[in-house]
Amino acid sequence: MTQGADLGLTDVGDWDLGVDQSPRRARPGGALKSLRPTSRHLGAVPFFGYIAIFLLWPTIIVIVGAFQNDSGQLTLANVTTVLGGSTYLQAFWASIRLSAETALAGGVLGALLAWAVAEGDADGVFRRQVVAMSGVLAQFGGVMLAFAFLATFGYAGVVTLALQRVAGVDPLASGGWIYSFTGLAVVYTFFQIPLMVLIFLPAVDGLQVQWREASDNLGGGSWAYWRYVAGPILLPSFVGGLLLLFVSAFSAYATAAALISQGSPIVPLQIRTFLQSEVVLGRANVGKALALGMVVVVAVVMTLYAWLQRRGAKWRA
Amino acid sequence: MARLAKRTSGGSRRPRSRTLVRWIVLVGVGAYLLVPLLSMLDFSTRGAGSSRTLEAWKAIGSFPELLSAIAVSLELAVLTVVGMLCLLVPTMVWVHLRLPGVRRTMEFVCLLPLTIPAIVLVVGLSPVFAWLTYFFGDTPLVLAFVFVVLVLPYAYRSIDAGLRAVDIGTLSEAALGLGASWWGVLFRIVIPSIRGALLSAAVLSIALVMGEYTIASLLNYNTLQVVLYQVGLRNAAVSVAVSLAALMFGFVLLFVVSSAGSRRRRAAREESTLAPLEAGLQL
Repeated sequence: MTQGADLGLTDVGDWDLGVDQSPRRARPGGALKSLRPTSRHLGAVPFFGYIAIFLLWPTIIVIVGAFQNDSGQLTLANVTTVLGGSTYLQAFWASIRLSAETALAGGVLGALLAWAVAEGDADGVFRRQVVAMSGVLAQFGGVMLAFAFLATFGYAGVVTLALQRVAGVDPLASGGWIYSFTGLAVVYTFFQIPLMVLIFLPAVDGLQVQWREASDNLGGGSWAYWRYVAGPILLPSFVGGLLLLFVSAFSAYATAAALISQGSPIVPLQIRTFLQSEVVLGRANVGKALALGMVVVVAVVMTLYAWLQRRGAKWRA
Repeated sequence: MARLAKRTSGGSRRPRSRTLVRWIVLVGVGAYLLVPLLSMLDFSTRGAGSSRTLEAWKAIGSFPELLSAIAVSLELAVLTVVGMLCLLVPTMVWVHLRLPGVRRTMEFVCLLPLTIPAIVLVVGLSPVFAWLTYFFGDTPLVLAFVFVVLVLPYAYRSIDAGLRAVDIGTLSEAALGLGASWWGVLFRIVIPSIRGALLSAAVLSIALVMGEYTIASLLNYNTLQVVLYQVGLRNAAVSVAVSLAALMFGFVLLFVVSSAGSRRRRAAREESTLAPLEAGLQL
């Protein structure tokens, strides 16, 4: 972090100097250590400079802007508006609830699916199909997943029509649930499951078959194996997975934006309102305060995750 | 090794109840994942009454804005891959060989985009884009600058796995000792030995760029996903057809890469090429 910040200010043109020196000095014997430390560091300048411009600068604009008024003076007004406005707090609460619920549902189903996949051939076509499909659905879907669910549960959706025709019930009688909070939860769970498969599969692969055999030989049944052997081993990975799923749902925007065009029940959609519409004078930076709030929530969860990983690593060793 | 052991001693001795539970899980969770995808197929081929028609699929060609958006997204994918490779490969190799102390910092920085939501990034991006538009004119292709940042976590994991799998330290010492230049080492020694990792980094980047919506839509650039959404408001069947095609395109890309990886893995016991997908999220 500090690396990027102070190197980012250095002239990027110096990169060539650092590079050209290496082959000239690169003679047999300690060739890789011949450069002075500072000129060696110049090699990393373009990368950290790029990151400083396209990742750190925007982030700093958000953080600083959250504490500025329209004319750039320092103020706490934006933050107090967010903390004091029930609309914003409700949006945060809804976002957190949505993320937690779908992380739990998707986490449990995804972990089960990961186990079922890991039971099969490790190099098999089926496993590779599942991993490739999970990658697409979990990380690259966005708007397309919203269309998938409109085609399934929308007003002319396949399942909706089938229920009307076969069972005679109208699932949309009480309104278009797919366009509401419930709909969001169903779609989010849909991309949480494959995400959990990707996260949890390596952990399930780590279970040694000898452990199962040892448990069996000592007279333990399936219950004993999962309760006393596999369960405790997998628990840190499972909880870690849930935290990552929470972050993924909390950060998601595309699916919700495509599904919900009226109203803004969750924080990313609140931010959309600030970016798209003419904002009331003096409140232009409230959007930045909302964005800062998201960063804070994600940072708290990721700190928890890092702590859990450290504990897990210690426990395994 | 664990996988090997599992394969040899699992199989026949597995109790029947476990197989049953496995199938229940596969069918149950599989249905949740597959029904919406099959619904897309049904929805996009629905004709009058209960007939089937490919009209929606054929109509894709009659939406010029859709075709040009696909072109824009493909160009963005190419630019992003090129930018990502130019930025990441020399730096990672340099850090790997000469700045081992910077490695942790670099890993941390590369994984940062996972913890800064795109919706947050876009709030702070407008001054950056004001500059970009000033320098490059009003073209959606400037999005590639930010997309390079978005693909960093996946690309980093992928290339890092590749660099760990071969001993490039020894190889490059040997090459330098024989009089090769630094760029010679990079292009003739390192890049050929990690091309599998570079391929998977490229594919993951392409998939991500083709699916990106948040930043493009909020900065008002017409990429595939943005136009897909707009077309969907007028003609849902066409949008569903394009969505299904795009998802399948992503699936085939990832599957081909994983197949290539697994063939090589069987030969060299290398790590899976899709490992970055599995591990890309683990900070």
